[in-house]
Amino acid sequence: MAKPSRKYHQSSGETGGRRKLALVASKGSLDMAYPPLILANAARMSGIEVEMFFTFWGLDIIRKQKMAKLNVATVGNPSMHPWFGIPTLLGALPGISALATWMMRRQIKELGFPPVPEFVQLVIDAGANVYGCKMSMDMMRLTEDDLIEGATVLGAMEFMDLTAGAQILFV
Amino acid sequence: MTQDILDTVDFDKEGYLINPDDWSEELGRAIAEALEVKLTDRHWQVIHFARKDFQENGEPPGLRRIAEATGISMREIYKLFPDGPAKLAANIAGLQKPTGCI
Repeated sequence: MAKPSRKYHQSSGETGGRRKLALVASKGSLDMAYPPLILANAARMSGIEVEMFFTFWGLDIIRKQKMAKLNVATVGNPSMHPWFGIPTLLGALPGISALATWMMRRQIKELGFPPVPEFVQLVIDAGANVYGCKMSMDMMRLTEDDLIEGATVLGAMEFMDLTAGAQILFV
Repeated sequence: MTQDILDTVDFDKEGYLINPDDWSEELGRAIAEALEVKLTDRHWQVIHFARKDFQENGEPPGLRRIAEATGISMREIYKLFPDGPAKLAANIAGLQKPTGCI
């Protein structure tokens, strides 16, 4: 029994300050794009600060040219067999990855989750800070213009400075 | 003075109203005051939708649902209810703490 109070809404971190979550998204497949976005959104809805670092293949999630075209890998993905009933050997056949991608997009939609580009916009609008890893971008010859509006380029050390005291999740 | 109404109903250990049927606009105003949220017409739009949706679906709506139904942008919702809009809106609307992820 407790009356409504502000103290139940300001999520405090272990150090007593505001709770902050640092998410590192390193994979660019459709199935691995959702976990960091869902966690970021849930954190923001709970009043937790969020810093998101997209590195290596994870950059595709925030690349204008790629974000709407993420795929599910059917080869080398151990979760494929029980869920989709696609044995690894068959997964290598032309069109199977496209089929799995199509199936997953449909399931995501049925669950009420937005497509990746809309989801990234959602977490940006919710106040999550979104960064592209500078080193990965240099390697892929990308500039900030290649990223969704609102995302900025950041070095790994700068990200460490920004996330002092935060809880870190690597996806 | 408006805070007296808070003593007439039961809250759980995090300050969420236990029985959603105990809610009234007056109680909503008192909860908002306790949570330091100054209510405007835009807040009420969110609160009334949250209650209506709860009555229809049995759980507090997530923010995306609220934004789509009310036409209030996500950015504005976060400005209206700083520090966790999903929880604050549900709290003021006399609903349980939301558990959804979108």
